[in-house]
Amino acid sequence: MKKLQGLLATLLLAVTVPAAALNVFACEPEWAALARELGGDKVEVFAATTAFQDPHRIEARPSLIAKLRRADLLVCSGAELEIGWLPMLLRQAGNGTVQPGRPGHFEAAQHIERLEIPTELDRSMGDVHASGNPHVHLDPRRLATIAQALSAKLRDIDPGHADDYAARQAAFAQRWQQALAGWEQKAQPLRGVRLVAHHKDWVYLADWLGFEVVATLEPKPGLPASAGHLAALKAQLQQQPARMVIRTAYQDGQAAQWLSAQSGIPAVELPYTVGGSERAADLFALFDDTLDRLLAALR
Amino acid sequence: MKRIALAIAASCAAPAWAAGSTSFNPDLSLILDGRYASLSEDPATYALPGFQLSGEAGPGERGLALGHSELVMSANVDDLFYGKLTAALHSEGTATNVELEEAYVETLGLGQGFTVRAGRAYSGIGYLNAHHPHAWDFTDAPLVYRGLFGDQLRDDGVQLRWVAPTDLYVQLGAEVGRGEFFPAGGAANDGRGTYAAFVKLGGDLNDSHSWQLGLSHWHADVNGRSAGAHDHGGTATEIPTFTGNSTVNGIDFVWKWAPLGNPAQTNFKFQAEYFQRREEGDVELVGAPTQEITDYSGKQSGWYAQAVYQFMPHWRVGVRYDQLQADNSGSDAVLLEEAGLDDAGYKPSRSSVMIDWSHSEYSRVRLQFNQDKSRADVTDNQVYLQYVMSLGAHGAHQF
Repeated sequence: MKKLQGLLATLLLAVTVPAAALNVFACEPEWAALARELGGDKVEVFAATTAFQDPHRIEARPSLIAKLRRADLLVCSGAELEIGWLPMLLRQAGNGTVQPGRPGHFEAAQHIERLEIPTELDRSMGDVHASGNPHVHLDPRRLATIAQALSAKLRDIDPGHADDYAARQAAFAQRWQQALAGWEQKAQPLRGVRLVAHHKDWVYLADWLGFEVVATLEPKPGLPASAGHLAALKAQLQQQPARMVIRTAYQDGQAAQWLSAQSGIPAVELPYTVGGSERAADLFALFDDTLDRLLAALR
Repeated sequence: MKRIALAIAASCAAPAWAAGSTSFNPDLSLILDGRYASLSEDPATYALPGFQLSGEAGPGERGLALGHSELVMSANVDDLFYGKLTAALHSEGTATNVELEEAYVETLGLGQGFTVRAGRAYSGIGYLNAHHPHAWDFTDAPLVYRGLFGDQLRDDGVQLRWVAPTDLYVQLGAEVGRGEFFPAGGAANDGRGTYAAFVKLGGDLNDSHSWQLGLSHWHADVNGRSAGAHDHGGTATEIPTFTGNSTVNGIDFVWKWAPLGNPAQTNFKFQAEYFQRREEGDVELVGAPTQEITDYSGKQSGWYAQAVYQFMPHWRVGVRYDQLQADNSGSDAVLLEEAGLDDAGYKPSRSSVMIDWSHSEYSRVRLQFNQDKSRADVTDNQVYLQYVMSLGAHGAHQF
């Protein structure tokens, strides 16, 4: 009898334990967070990079190849952000489902209108992206569109759980719209504010909030700040002042601090992505924290 | 609020925006490499006692010279295949030679972790072998690569790779090759003269530390491997030529560090490789007036270790140490000596230091100093000043 009970329990367990979750390989923490919002317990999400790493400059490490080998879905920014490492991972991993053009390949930037698409390409302009600025997640309106597309993708490749994904997307969209209204209300004072950024990663945030990035600490995209460029920037700010200088958690703070000390404007470190600050633990908190830090610097 | 909703509705209604690459043209990149070399010993006298050298292997020319200029074209053929061609242009005197370094196709996501490659490619054995010279951390190849493979081992053939479905990176690879190039020499066994097998393991210790360990095996039916022509003072040019079996085993290790995995400010890389080779066969002096032949049993080994540290943006420093050892025997010691296979009990070694500066990831200028003790009891002080620039498509680099 006891044996039978044990057998029954095992059978029950086999039935109730869900099938292996969908393996999601997210290139950046923001897409890992979004996949978790939309997939819940139906997905097993791996983030290939952290908020303290520059997504332009990642080593095609063995551990990443091993993870991509088993992925059912790849979620990346696209627009050439990962061009220095992702193609190598894709060629090494021997995984058919996540290759470009296959169902398991999702590039967020393909689903929204991109900004700063260059009309001319020349490396003397720095590391510019032919497909436009790839830092698309910092506009929550665009992120809502991407969420919709990603949810459709999840339903597509895991039809068994389509209803779950649809319900999660509906709930997420509703919460997101509410939060968006609150953020817009709160961020009114940022409209028209002039600021200096380390790299051109804030175009989409600026597009949403209406602030103006008047200069970058990098003389050209991808090149570290040089003493000459910083001195010129200081002179420029004396003529046309800015309110603050912003950077991400993965960018070195020295240049921003120097300019801050010289020009008397605050240097602000923003989380940039999920995990970039203690508070920015998910996408909602990312925007909460970003706005609070920007507004605090205005005071 | 209404405005936002409208904006979202508008974005949703529109179709997906066009993807990155806007044309069907392959990715094209050009590597430009030039150098100035100051060598205290005449490069024509270069030798590695106990090792038969390929024609090109050596410290290069004195003075100003071009290095390897490379033209690389690559693209996804379709959603199943990827193709790549690398043409190297190099000068000999005033003439320019074109060499087809790589020309291969490779499957993209065959599935289950499998990848098949066919064509001409660098072998997957060792760590540095599959890296292009422009990605090397020093101007020249490690001595063990120079002595055993003529700087780099490549072949026309087929490669099969498999990545295991585990969190620990496990890659198994096998190759069959034609064996036309040094050190196989001569496409033996109906053009299936070489085979190779390798295993690579790797992983991360944490966000900052990652590593890779490799084991390699390579075997060739060598059919007439000739070293550089041997001038005997007379008019005839006699070329020592090896025919027999050659087997190489190797182990390689790489460790990389960057604070929290962000290499922008500082990063560190350590790599070391060891190879040993066993050869059995005959060495014949081709072109000699009377037949001169000796049996030959070769035991050669070598290792190098190097460390490269980026101490601030743009700037890196590196150190490297090389050592080789050979223990060859044969019935005719004089002939072995003429073939460069007499080790004379000498262990070639080299110590190197370098500093390089990269304005961007596309440009690099390097200054390197070698204390080269390749030749028996001679120290060659070598100074290289080199530039390596890459133009065009942004190639992804391997680990």
